[in-house]
Amino acid sequence: MAIERNMSLTGQPPVSINTTQKIGVITGMAGLFILVLATLGLNLGNTALWLTISLSAIFGGIVIFAKGAYAHKLPGIKNDGVWFKSMTSKGVLAWIAGIVLTGFYIILYFYADLLGLGQGTDGTNTGLVGLFDPLSRALSGNPASQWFVYGTLYTIAILAFGIKFMWKYKHNRYEQLRTLSVMFFQTAFAFVIPELMARLNSNDFSLPYNDLKNMWPLNYYAFDQWRVDQFINAQNIGLFFLILGVLMIFVISPFLTYKYGKRWYCSWVCGCGGLAETAGDPYRHLSSKKLSTWKLERWMINAVLVFSVVMTTAVISTFLGYDSNKYWFTKNTFLISTGAFLVIIFAIVAYYKRDQLKTDAFKGAIGALAITLGFFVAMAFIDFSQIKINATYFSFGLNTNEYALDGAMRTFYGFGIGSIFSGVIGTGFYPILGNRVWCRMGCPMAGILGIQQRLFSKFRITTNGGQCISCGNCSNSCEMGIDVRAYAQKGENIVRSSCVGCGVCSAVCPRGVLKLENDTLDGRINPTEILLGNDVDLMELVNKN
Amino acid sequence: MEEHIVIIGNGISGVTAARHIRKLSDKKITIVSAETDYFFSRTALMYVYMGHMKFEHTQPYENWFWEKNRIELRKGFVKQIETTSKTLHFAEGDTLQYDKLIIATGSKPNKFGWPGQDLNGVMGMYHKQDLDNLEKYAPNKKVCKHAVIVGGGLIGIELAEMLNSREIPVTFLVRENSFWNGVLPEGESAMINRHIKNHHIDLRLGVNLKEIKADENGQVKSAVIAETGEEIACNVVGLTAGVSPNIDFIKDSDIETGRGVKVNRYLETNIPDVYAIGDCAEQHEGINGRRPIEAVWYTGRMMGETVAQTICGNRIQYNPGHWFNSAKFLDIEYQTYGWVFASPREGETHFHWKHEDDTKCITINTEAATGKFIGINNFGIRLRHEVFDRWLTEERTTDYVVEHLAEANFDPEFYKRFEKDILNAYKSKAVIV
Repeated sequence: MAIERNMSLTGQPPVSINTTQKIGVITGMAGLFILVLATLGLNLGNTALWLTISLSAIFGGIVIFAKGAYAHKLPGIKNDGVWFKSMTSKGVLAWIAGIVLTGFYIILYFYADLLGLGQGTDGTNTGLVGLFDPLSRALSGNPASQWFVYGTLYTIAILAFGIKFMWKYKHNRYEQLRTLSVMFFQTAFAFVIPELMARLNSNDFSLPYNDLKNMWPLNYYAFDQWRVDQFINAQNIGLFFLILGVLMIFVISPFLTYKYGKRWYCSWVCGCGGLAETAGDPYRHLSSKKLSTWKLERWMINAVLVFSVVMTTAVISTFLGYDSNKYWFTKNTFLISTGAFLVIIFAIVAYYKRDQLKTDAFKGAIGALAITLGFFVAMAFIDFSQIKINATYFSFGLNTNEYALDGAMRTFYGFGIGSIFSGVIGTGFYPILGNRVWCRMGCPMAGILGIQQRLFSKFRITTNGGQCISCGNCSNSCEMGIDVRAYAQKGENIVRSSCVGCGVCSAVCPRGVLKLENDTLDGRINPTEILLGNDVDLMELVNKN
Repeated sequence: MEEHIVIIGNGISGVTAARHIRKLSDKKITIVSAETDYFFSRTALMYVYMGHMKFEHTQPYENWFWEKNRIELRKGFVKQIETTSKTLHFAEGDTLQYDKLIIATGSKPNKFGWPGQDLNGVMGMYHKQDLDNLEKYAPNKKVCKHAVIVGGGLIGIELAEMLNSREIPVTFLVRENSFWNGVLPEGESAMINRHIKNHHIDLRLGVNLKEIKADENGQVKSAVIAETGEEIACNVVGLTAGVSPNIDFIKDSDIETGRGVKVNRYLETNIPDVYAIGDCAEQHEGINGRRPIEAVWYTGRMMGETVAQTICGNRIQYNPGHWFNSAKFLDIEYQTYGWVFASPREGETHFHWKHEDDTKCITINTEAATGKFIGINNFGIRLRHEVFDRWLTEERTTDYVVEHLAEANFDPEFYKRFEKDILNAYKSKAVIV
């Protein structure tokens, strides 16, 4: 009998990269090095020139690397060695990358002055932010901010790694089109258009920085008073954007999710999704597939959703409360109508989908609704703006300001969810936790779209009869940690609220078992073992229990 | 006291049987395996070596699953079955009593008595231990400068793909004059030949292995080709000339065996309370044109489902439906529904269409007299099982199938579609006939 050896075989694939890839790495690193020099305060002289060189080198380096990796290979699945390479299997390189990224986010969010923001004479920029001034002025006419620096690098990452991803999946048109789409939406909607729109601003006309596709609740500041005021004051165009924002939430997005599943947003449009699918792609297999992680995920993402609804309502009802003549709503009509809306939606779902909701999901939903309504009632009777909270106790002393309760919730949400969760953990930990931790565990937008997708969508992943061989490539590749194999080997359709429809499970399947489809609602969910090729009478018996 | 069901073998057959017996009853269940502690998907072993997955990812159930479902797992090698006293004897010396026994021991790689076939560095690619061996003898291209694979079937080409992923040069010896042409029609087989060569694999057709030579340490040094006498220096030889039932330990028991464990349609052996399922079971006669021994993933699963019913008091026959299967040749996916043979049998005709990019083709088998659709092979295009299963049951004609092929398409969205090309090719051929 053979001796069982260590289960974790240590593979030794060809680790060295080829010459083209080496040139790519050197080029890209040179570009990054210029950014580091600028950050350290080195006066580079002609900033426009150096910025162009740096960004071109970063972009070019990634594309050259991708060319070296995929151009000479035949079309097919390119996952060789992902569990061996240090960078993609939580090795030393992955930890270094994770720490560097995390550090970058912490500086970006909390210590922007280290990047040179407003550190020059008369508050001009120096350092890294100063380096980006020429590009910012060319687009919006204003000097750069740390957010402009971030937006530029973010867009370059999506574009360059998008090209890499398209090269990797050169045989797969679904992946190619989807990637082109996120590249377009990031470049146009999140980056260029808002910057250009800023040119419209004058002394008596001002629009907030508005990424049209960035909806509430992903955009948690969508209904902050300053933004709503700016929209209302910016004549018809401002009002148009405000109404469009509301329509996106209640009409456009539910309709698109009904037709195509939440993928229309999460893997075709969204900026967070865009980065995850491009720069984050090499880490998709790191997501945890354990049942326990799924249990955590359900609690976490829905808790964030409840928090975001309560926080947003508190913020809106507060400014409606003390400034009611300025808006159409009063505080109480707003609270009552919002509460009534939630109750009606809940009642409709509970009635029409009663046989699709498992008991634990139903209990969870009732709990979430009760907590939300409880807060609404509290807001109606208590003026949250009169309750003062000292942030010192919640921020490890980082923030010593005193806030009104609504402001405190808003600040805590912005800090805890907006900055720490989506940025520092969500992206900084790509190389350790996988590329969709934020989307899976924390994004309230994904939470809402997920509920819609699970209950009212034509989208599903169909499994192909009895062809599954339980190999597990699908589960391994699922960035959302769905155990796709568990469904496929039973012949069940995959209808999961978390699925972002990236299509990679279908791409890597060696037996042609999985297909993303939009089809009728009838028979979409088939929780039975329908494995074709078997005796029909036997199948009835198997499904009896 | 509940009946004790013992299952030898923790592959897809045995594990499916155990799961369904648990669904249907409270019987005591023990699964015995000498290979691994937990069930894993054998078909995924290649992806572990290629670094697509880790070994733990080949396990479809988390480790807590077995205890939660009260399925006992026992590591051990059964060396003898004593059916009169219903006792299993382990190589380790201890014993286990059963009330009902399911033999699900699967296959083992064929060896044809080649000189040197048991040297260090010679291996099949079937068991977990084969993977461990390959990792030992071919960890990288420095330790293994060259590998020779003997036998041109599905496992052979997988092993070639595995070694290729670590840039280890491979010479692939295939006995037939074209890859897998005992199963695949000529056009398809030829396309796969070209695809293999495009991957820089040294494919040698129409050659046999004569012997494997050893160096002074008893390790593989070279493989010699029978036809040419050419000696190919190599560090690893993969033997992938098919598999046969893994039943040596049963041969001296009272259980009737042929090539496999002989079973009737109820998967019962000649001994009461002893059943056999999966790769190791041999039907007295093939069912619906199937072979008596079917070493296929899904038939093992179906036999497990069937025997669970029988054991839980609802005795039913193993009754597989229309034949289907699938595989992947490097980058080209292959599926088949119904029967397509390497060359048309008496009264059958083949329609073959191939895309100009040389990675997609189909072959449809038709009953010449009636035009009835018998089966399809599809390469590089995914087709929907459910639709073909229905068309086969409805006994559609090939005319109908070709006209409605779009209904059966299972390729990802936005893929280029070829139904029109196929229909046009079919029409132009139909005119000539």
